[in-house]
Amino acid sequence: MLNGVAVGCIYGLVALGFVLIYKAMELVNFAQGELMMLGAFTCYMLVVWYGFGYWVAFAAAVAAVGLFGAALDAVVLRRVLGQPQFAVVMLTIGLGAIFRSFASITWGSEIYTLPTPFSARTTRIGGITVSHEYLSIIVGTIVLCAVLYAFFTYTKVGVAMQAASQNQLAAYYMGIPVKLMGSLIWAIAAGVAAIAGVLLAPVSLVDTNLGFVGLKAFAAAVLGGFGSIPGALVGGLTIGLIELLSGTYLPQGFKDVAAYLVLLLVLAIRPQGMFGTAGRKKV
Amino acid sequence: MRFIFKTSYEQDLTLFGDSVQRNWYAALLVGLLGLPWLFPAYLADLNLVLIYGLCGLSLMVLAGYTGLVSLGHAAFLGIGAYAHVYFVQDVGLPWIVAVALATALTAAAGVLVGSPALRMTGVYLTIATLAFALVIQEVFTRWDRVTHGLKGRPVDKPVIFGVSFATDAAFYFLCLGFLIGGLWLTRNLLRAPTGRAWVAIRDSEIAAQSMGVNLAVYKTMAFSYSAGLMGLAGALFAHKIGFLAPDIFGVLFSIQFLLMVVVGGLGSLHGAVFGAVFVALLPVVISQARDSVPAWIGAVVSVLGSGAGTAAFRTTDRLVKQPGLEPGIFGLILVLFILFEPLGIYGRWVKLKVYFSTFPLYKRATFKRQRAYMRSERLR
Repeated sequence: MLNGVAVGCIYGLVALGFVLIYKAMELVNFAQGELMMLGAFTCYMLVVWYGFGYWVAFAAAVAAVGLFGAALDAVVLRRVLGQPQFAVVMLTIGLGAIFRSFASITWGSEIYTLPTPFSARTTRIGGITVSHEYLSIIVGTIVLCAVLYAFFTYTKVGVAMQAASQNQLAAYYMGIPVKLMGSLIWAIAAGVAAIAGVLLAPVSLVDTNLGFVGLKAFAAAVLGGFGSIPGALVGGLTIGLIELLSGTYLPQGFKDVAAYLVLLLVLAIRPQGMFGTAGRKKV
Repeated sequence: MRFIFKTSYEQDLTLFGDSVQRNWYAALLVGLLGLPWLFPAYLADLNLVLIYGLCGLSLMVLAGYTGLVSLGHAAFLGIGAYAHVYFVQDVGLPWIVAVALATALTAAAGVLVGSPALRMTGVYLTIATLAFALVIQEVFTRWDRVTHGLKGRPVDKPVIFGVSFATDAAFYFLCLGFLIGGLWLTRNLLRAPTGRAWVAIRDSEIAAQSMGVNLAVYKTMAFSYSAGLMGLAGALFAHKIGFLAPDIFGVLFSIQFLLMVVVGGLGSLHGAVFGAVFVALLPVVISQARDSVPAWIGAVVSVLGSGAGTAAFRTTDRLVKQPGLEPGIFGLILVLFILFEPLGIYGRWVKLKVYFSTFPLYKRATFKRQRAYMRSERLR
């Protein structure tokens, strides 16, 4: 059960990245899973090849991928601002392919395990044995979500980001540096992806296919309703649990596609998701 | 610049603008018919170009003309391929009937995906088709009786009315026939009210709706037509590769189709064909470059000294032999096209034509796009 919750938290974290970018820029980043992979690989490289401590490597990886996200926005994505959504979708798909290719050239196609201070340690909470790896994922996710939620609701920058997402031109007239906000949100989203990658690394293994977790995170984001931070987390948890249960109770093969079936079902029945708001385009 | 002076309505109805244009297309057809004798070594790649042309056509109708972006077209290709092989080899139907059935079946699958997709717009639809493709891929893996699962299933060469199309040259003409047929049908459909409704939906759903276009009907129609074409392409593709396995029809293949329409130029049938040529021939070019590029770079760098030359040769050689390089190159091309030439190869071709026909008076601003500012559709 806890297994499902932990995996769900990872989906939630990656979905969080989708939601952040969607909230701020109204675009969907198909390279989110690949950013996660880059985070995991960077951390692995720092720990195993260069011998840094886990926490130092963690912070460095998150910072590096965050900076990379900001640079990506400044160099590439800003140019397609205001163009049809399709252009951005294609652009991020292309970027994802480049990242995967880059990773397989730099780090090879072997599968690595990331050693952490949590490895192979357990705690007993009320009769159930919990491994520290899963605990770290769950605690990390909860803290991160709370921080981000507070950031968007209470801080000036967070509110400015929301304004920029609703009407770029009006936000610009109100004195909000829209471009800077864009870079900032990309930095945050990439950082969140890196955190997800590093947290996932000890449970799953680090390889170039890690990015495909991003596809399942889509299901989480859609289920929660794109554009809702708590929704992403709840969606992620639901998908994680559904996967676990379908692996146990349904015939073989359902575990891999359960997330997508749920996604299709949600889109068919309630496209705005659990926490989303339905909107009608104004002409 | 040449203007066509129209004197009767007949001229609006003809497939080609005027006799000059018609003669150019006739010349192209003659050239295509002669191609097997000109490049016998590259026939297999040419066949792939033709089949990809059908795929590009299919996605062009959906993404380029109706504005519905699908990331699941590899699944339709797979459905067409497996259905065709099943009908021919297990059921024992004649080839033509099997192809027709496979096409119809895929079109039905398109309706199945398209109808719930009607309530979604933009990126939701893309995600839904992606999920559909992943589910279908799992079905291909598990449904042993029809697909033979992960073992894969071999495909015989096509035999139509007792005539064998086993050689590459014969198969080339078969594919060419289907591609020309598909292009002709699509071109006519796009000139008809159906095509105009599709374009209206692409440009503004709300405007189309208020002009009396039934969104549900026309979107489903676009989906099923596109899927049907993909099914036809799938049937040919099955014979082309000769061996079906579920992992062929993955997400990367769908992305490749999207690459095709974007690189070719969204919203033009020429673009679909240009894109197909590009995507089908790029791996050939890459594999040839793999052998020659390290040597060139080594030769260039060896100006600095023979040691540096050998080192550069070794480094590039190791780099280009990496298996993960090819998707990266595809991704890079996609990114570059979206950033610098959103109109694709066809857009470049049109610009070139306009440049020469208006020679001293060409203005870059003709093709400049207006800057748009994003406004949310969300209320909160």
